[in-house]
Amino acid sequence: MLGKLSWDAIPFDQPIPLFAAGMVGVVIVGVLALITLKGWLPYLWREWITSVDHKRIGVMYVFLAMVMLLRGFVDAIMMRSQQALAFQAPGYLPPEHYDQIFSAHGTLMIFFVAMPFVIGLMNFVVPLQLGVRDVAFPTLNSVGFWLTATGALLVNISLVVGEFARTGWLPYPPLSELTYSPGVGVDYYLWALEISGVGTLVAGINLVTTLLKMHAPGMTYMRMPMFCWTALASNLLIVAAFPILTATLAMLLLDRYLGFHFFTNEAGGNVMMFMNLIWAWGHPEVYILILPAFGVFSEVIATFSRKPLFGYRSMVMATMAICILSFTVWLHHFFTMGAGADVNAIFGVLSMIIAVPTGVKVFNWLFTMYGGRVVYSTPILWSLGFMVTFVVGGMTGVLLAVPPADFLLHNSLFLVAHFHNVIIGGVLFGSFAGYNYWFPKAFGFRLHDGLGKAAFWFWIIGFYVAFMPLYVLGLMGMTRRMQHYDVPAWHPWLLIAAAGAVLILVGIILQIAQIVVSIGHRDTLRDTTGDPWNGRSLEWSTPSPPPAFNFAVLPLIEGEEPYWGIKQRAIRQARLRDEPAYSEIEMPRNSPTGFICAFFATVMGFALIWHIWWLVAVGALGAFATFVVFAWRDEDEYAISADEVARIDRANRSARAEALARLQSAR
Amino acid sequence: MSAFQGIAGPHPVGRGARQPTAEHGARGLWSKRIITGYGFWIFLLSDIVMFSAFFATFAVLVDATAGGPSGKDLFDLRSVGLETVCLLVSSFTCGLGSIGAQTRNGLWFYSAMTVTFVLGAAFLGLEIREFASLVARGAGPARSAFLSAFFTLVGCHGLHVTAGLLWLLTMMAQVFAKGYRPDILRRLLCFSLFWHTLDIIWVALFSVVYLMGFAP
Repeated sequence: MLGKLSWDAIPFDQPIPLFAAGMVGVVIVGVLALITLKGWLPYLWREWITSVDHKRIGVMYVFLAMVMLLRGFVDAIMMRSQQALAFQAPGYLPPEHYDQIFSAHGTLMIFFVAMPFVIGLMNFVVPLQLGVRDVAFPTLNSVGFWLTATGALLVNISLVVGEFARTGWLPYPPLSELTYSPGVGVDYYLWALEISGVGTLVAGINLVTTLLKMHAPGMTYMRMPMFCWTALASNLLIVAAFPILTATLAMLLLDRYLGFHFFTNEAGGNVMMFMNLIWAWGHPEVYILILPAFGVFSEVIATFSRKPLFGYRSMVMATMAICILSFTVWLHHFFTMGAGADVNAIFGVLSMIIAVPTGVKVFNWLFTMYGGRVVYSTPILWSLGFMVTFVVGGMTGVLLAVPPADFLLHNSLFLVAHFHNVIIGGVLFGSFAGYNYWFPKAFGFRLHDGLGKAAFWFWIIGFYVAFMPLYVLGLMGMTRRMQHYDVPAWHPWLLIAAAGAVLILVGIILQIAQIVVSIGHRDTLRDTTGDPWNGRSLEWSTPSPPPAFNFAVLPLIEGEEPYWGIKQRAIRQARLRDEPAYSEIEMPRNSPTGFICAFFATVMGFALIWHIWWLVAVGALGAFATFVVFAWRDEDEYAISADEVARIDRANRSARAEALARLQSAR
Repeated sequence: MSAFQGIAGPHPVGRGARQPTAEHGARGLWSKRIITGYGFWIFLLSDIVMFSAFFATFAVLVDATAGGPSGKDLFDLRSVGLETVCLLVSSFTCGLGSIGAQTRNGLWFYSAMTVTFVLGAAFLGLEIREFASLVARGAGPARSAFLSAFFTLVGCHGLHVTAGLLWLLTMMAQVFAKGYRPDILRRLLCFSLFWHTLDIIWVALFSVVYLMGFAP
């Protein structure tokens, strides 16, 4: 009846996961109780859970990423403290638990922190920058988000019910095969990623279509803001790479569930084929993450330098070059496979070539700042921190791209230091920059600048203290994923690294304080004009937060940086453009399809993990029925009256007219 | 800091400014039909990427028979040829059905789509028969890596056909219940794109798996 599921699945004998799960349970019950008691549930259901508004979905993506960041960081600090303690000692985490922690840490941070963070930012910003009212497929967008949430939920259920994978963030066979990992841990990993992978693919298709087919009049490709270009490259990579992940994990599932022989040691299975396939997805994946971050920096640096982005065309070229080159370097993740000197040399050279367009970008950002009046607010601090840190990480990446060096450094802590150097210094710093930059657009008030800066300094110093020792340790020969060790020379460096993790913890606490304080002071931090940073692209022409329809009248685009152009014209003519003629706007109706579909996907995923076959059928039927019901509805749009549109736009216009008058009188 | 602050730059309407041409003025938002079809094409491309992963796997594992039977010992080209005919003809009748929907000719639409369904089901039946006979002869997917790759690649296509049949029935029911609404016509467009793509994949599959399996 319940497949493999029994009371043994709950780890009553292990205090740490049980305590952690208990804490999470208390928090969830507390939040649910608060929502119910305060009567917020109808509001949440109506305005958020069933929302198909790209802005709301973007915010929910970012929220999911931040919550998962806390969970992933708890794993990180457990690993750092274990390694600090486990010198000639067992430490406090037994090996089977430690292995689950580093696997969960990597899985969560890549798939449920970095991915939703950048997808959330793209979802929120791209339609606003393109000057359109929504994404191409609004309901599908909601489905994609909720399927991602399903994946995150399944990974977190594994904390209480059963176990998580002990195979690292990529489940290399044969260790991940049934023979060596008979438990449900790998199954949790596989089904969580299969389901959330579908969600990501849906998001990618949606954004590619939006970016290529939905533009305000006059918004040609070469007038799109840089963030849109990087989003386009990133989503093209999602569409081209995520199906490979789906296929590869499906093969591993077939091996585990039905005794196939793709990656086994017996009957002709080929283990190295898994490495090739998974990295054919995995290397584009790192560019899926970093390219939107590059876009954020391009926007932030141009805005706060008060200058147009230097070398826009070369930036576009560099972005698309990275997009293509990212598919040609996967083998550098396993030079030690033994493919021979020729193959390794080609992939080594190609890996180094990727550094060229990236270098072009770094110089463009520097030249954008050169001669500008740089305003040192929180977003640009993250951008500056990125430029220094990412260049260091890129350099160590070029070192690793040299096959003979890689043979020595493969799977050492040098590698761990390298990819944290680029992912934290690139993706995470970019996400935080974008979060501080677009927060006023999303919520109508700015984030507290002082706390944001303090958080930045703790993060970046903590980062260097935590990860520079890992480079040293890697050169000293320490491999990754060690639960304990006996080498005295390593111990002091691991103590320093643990201290760095504590500094990052302070940074995270300051970020939480930043939100709390900002909400408390939201009236003084209010963004009244909708353009708090003196921005250059179209999102700043809308009120903060933007209305559901984004633009009362679709803007006519006459150049790059359209909103800068509109503002310059208004200053020259000392007045706003004439009031347009307003008409009724049709917007897509909200739909619970995404949420219900994800509910059935969760049920189905859980049932598949525990071999509860009847429940699998229930989940599959439910998901199909949801789609049929959705397809059957007759009303898929609602109208916003011309009066309502006029009222909202006139409020926006009067705020801007006041700002313009203030500027004129100041002169 | 607030709106309008700053230096009047040298770019009065932003850089890259040109007079908006007629072409730019006209390219505002595309019609829903174009956007939906375009998005579905992107999905189909991603689906083809997924198939290409299975194709690559098959190519790597085709000789990994582990002492078991190879394609030459197993495949029945006549049955596969019949499958091919069924699928290709069903694509043609699907096209006829699309014309029926365009011209609002119910008889034409329903009969062509019914033939499409029957042919698709026949294809699926033949494939299931082939799979069952292989398993009965001890050549199931767990026998060797080659057979794992074979069953997965062909079976993945078969799953797509199954999903397509389910979709086709749903679409026929929708047209019956709701008529030729624009959104339903858009879905029909997507369905026929999907069905034709399964043909293209089958042609590649027939060549790579079955014909090359017989090549010396």
